[in-house]
Amino acid sequence: MSKDKKLLKDGKRIDGRGIGDLREMEAEAGIFKRADGSGYFRMGGTEAVAAVFGPRELHPKHRQKPKRGILQCRYNLTPFSVEDRKRPGPSRRGKEIGKVSEGALSSTVFLEEFPTATIDVYMEVISADAGTRCVALNAASIALADAGVPMRGLISACAAGKIEDTPVLDLKGEEDKDGQVDLPIAMNVDTDEITLLQMDGMTDTEEMDEMLELAIKGCKKVAEKQREALMKTFEDSR
Amino acid sequence: MMDITEIEEQAALDKIKSGKRLDGRDLKKFRDIKVETGVAKKAEGSARVTFGDSKVIVGVKFGVGHPFPDTPDEGILMVNAELGPMASPNFESGPPGKEATELSRVIDRGLRESEALPLEDLCIEEGEEVWKVMVDIHILDHDGNLMDASALGAIAALMEAKIPGYEDGKVLREEKHDFKIRRTPIACTVAKVGDRYIIDPSLVEEEIVDGMVTVTWTEEELCSLQKRGNGGFKKDELIEIFELAREKSDELRKIIE
Repeated sequence: MSKDKKLLKDGKRIDGRGIGDLREMEAEAGIFKRADGSGYFRMGGTEAVAAVFGPRELHPKHRQKPKRGILQCRYNLTPFSVEDRKRPGPSRRGKEIGKVSEGALSSTVFLEEFPTATIDVYMEVISADAGTRCVALNAASIALADAGVPMRGLISACAAGKIEDTPVLDLKGEEDKDGQVDLPIAMNVDTDEITLLQMDGMTDTEEMDEMLELAIKGCKKVAEKQREALMKTFEDSR
Repeated sequence: MMDITEIEEQAALDKIKSGKRLDGRDLKKFRDIKVETGVAKKAEGSARVTFGDSKVIVGVKFGVGHPFPDTPDEGILMVNAELGPMASPNFESGPPGKEATELSRVIDRGLRESEALPLEDLCIEEGEEVWKVMVDIHILDHDGNLMDASALGAIAALMEAKIPGYEDGKVLREEKHDFKIRRTPIACTVAKVGDRYIIDPSLVEEEIVDGMVTVTWTEEELCSLQKRGNGGFKKDELIEIFELAREKSDELRKIIE
């Protein structure tokens, strides 16, 4: 059905990228005053901001953990981030992404240092052109570091996928819509541990290996950009 | 409150490190699994599934509604999960929380991405009326691995479901027409504990694992993945997990075929 809509021509994609290229990236740390930490990340036409509050006391009290802190995420698409206005507030999809984001970030933070506390991470997608959970997580990871939360490493995310039977890196909107596989991952590039992994589409183990390889390479490039943004906050404050 | 104690968690962890489980199972063995279909008379398809002490019931209802604008000639699949207060002292009444939302969405994606349902055959009038296939998962007793039990219940209920008739704007439930599933997506969750893998984690085990991945295979294809909870996996570990899940999902598929 989508086969006539050429997404790939002579190894080039609709926006001129090769199969292993990321979109143009932009990153910034410390963009908000009130939050304990904040970050911005853009990948092509997808951009998100994130704010971190805490570690702070968790309410209600019965949810507190005596031996460790917890990390909570809210992921939301702003109503104006998509073609037709989205109803405000997290959808079912948003709730799920909030949950997997908690899973992606929790293991990199030294939560055992903060018994009974919470670290709250809020992510808002400003404009969406596929890969929103990855871009939001990249902003969130910058915000956590900007807040001075002790971490084992930065979490960096990007998606691989399959279009016209070819594994490619970092799908944009049209590619995602007509593509065959979407594989967002997030990882700590220092330990090579993948902390977010979702996939939908039809594939097999061999092809997964290939797509994961692409996505891991992408995450490493994302990490460089995140580091650059964090380093810059020190230069500015000199 | 019947919370899990630290001693219990430690015992479960020690057992796994010695290559066994608290309930005597081998690391890569399921608990006793039972699947009964036709358990809800008013539903067009239903199944009750038990994995050890975990118990879920799934009902399929058909209804007629407006198609989505981007698929005017296709039926609609809806998957919903209720983690009601009956199933665990830690569940509360109210709209689905994050856990229930994740549960239903992972199962939804397994069914959708595998194109298990012939949604294009469920159009009544293009752009106007299509069949809605509504899969409702109710958790009755939570002793871990609700994901695999619910996914198995969903596909078992869909396999035995019949479509009612439809005439002059009325659904005729006494009529039963064939509804053929094309593929059988099966979810299998693999958990990592240190350098070992276990399948079908119990509630206590879910608390102590270093990470879980739910892998959904059809007969031939890998159609959905979801890393769940905290923790991380190296690429090579994931590849191993995909293959283990494939082998184990074949076992589950045999139960419902």
